[in-house]
Amino acid sequence: MRAIIPYPLLTVSLVLMWLLLSGFTPGHLVLAVIVAMGANYALRALGEESPRFGRWAAIPELFFIVLYDIIRSNIAVAGILLSLTPRPRTSGFIQMPLRLTHPMGLAVLAVIITSTPGTAWFDYSASRRELIIHVFDLVDEEEWIALIANRYERLLLEIFE
Amino acid sequence: MTIDFSAVPLWAAILGSAFLLLGAGLSLIGTFGLVRLQTFYERIHAPTLGTSWGTAGMVMGSMIIFSAATGRPVLHHILIGIFVTVTTPITLMMLGRATLYRDRSEGNSSPLVKGDQALLQEQNSEGGAS
Repeated sequence: MRAIIPYPLLTVSLVLMWLLLSGFTPGHLVLAVIVAMGANYALRALGEESPRFGRWAAIPELFFIVLYDIIRSNIAVAGILLSLTPRPRTSGFIQMPLRLTHPMGLAVLAVIITSTPGTAWFDYSASRRELIIHVFDLVDEEEWIALIANRYERLLLEIFE
Repeated sequence: MTIDFSAVPLWAAILGSAFLLLGAGLSLIGTFGLVRLQTFYERIHAPTLGTSWGTAGMVMGSMIIFSAATGRPVLHHILIGIFVTVTTPITLMMLGRATLYRDRSEGNSSPLVKGDQALLQEQNSEGGAS
């Protein structure tokens, strides 16, 4: 299977995207598969590794956790921005060690941290395995490190490693 | 293809508009924050309101209204949300790291983290000794 379709996830995503944009007809399905296969071979020529998922059940779990956190932090940040008498608030950087090393897992973590208002991904050192993020409303540094490690990193490790 | 918006039932119009207003409102708050906040590192958080639930709200609103108007599920708008979410970190990281790099090379200690401050002091004392 992997010999014919080296990147199953990419193939499925591209075919679905093509069919969503052009409407489902047999002709478009054939065209979508041809385009997806072309992308497969192009990516294989680049030597990119295809992700292998460990625990599939962790994917929807992570999705709903992130969705909930995005809603919650949207409300929190909007509240801070709209408050007429702002309470004293410190924002600052936190530096934390990461166990996650899979490139795709790191990419997903970057999307999660960026999409959640109030946290921004700044730097990752692969040699020191250290992540630098900026937190808008920094109350307790340890609390943030624990939150990222337990809520996101744990599930990402289960998915990718 | 012309779309008959008078065919949209009232409940769908209200629901769609509510999502549209939510998304547009969050984006507006984000822009407002961009003006109101003082430093670059704080400002970078404000527009993420628009790229997360701001976009999601607008996409959901337009999906509901177009689905109701055409009488079949309109799903491809969700691709806008996916691509905005996936590409935002790239812009944000480029801006953030450029600023971090400038602050580091200029020696502005305030935005640096503990480890970096130690590193900077180390370098400074070495430079002073030679």
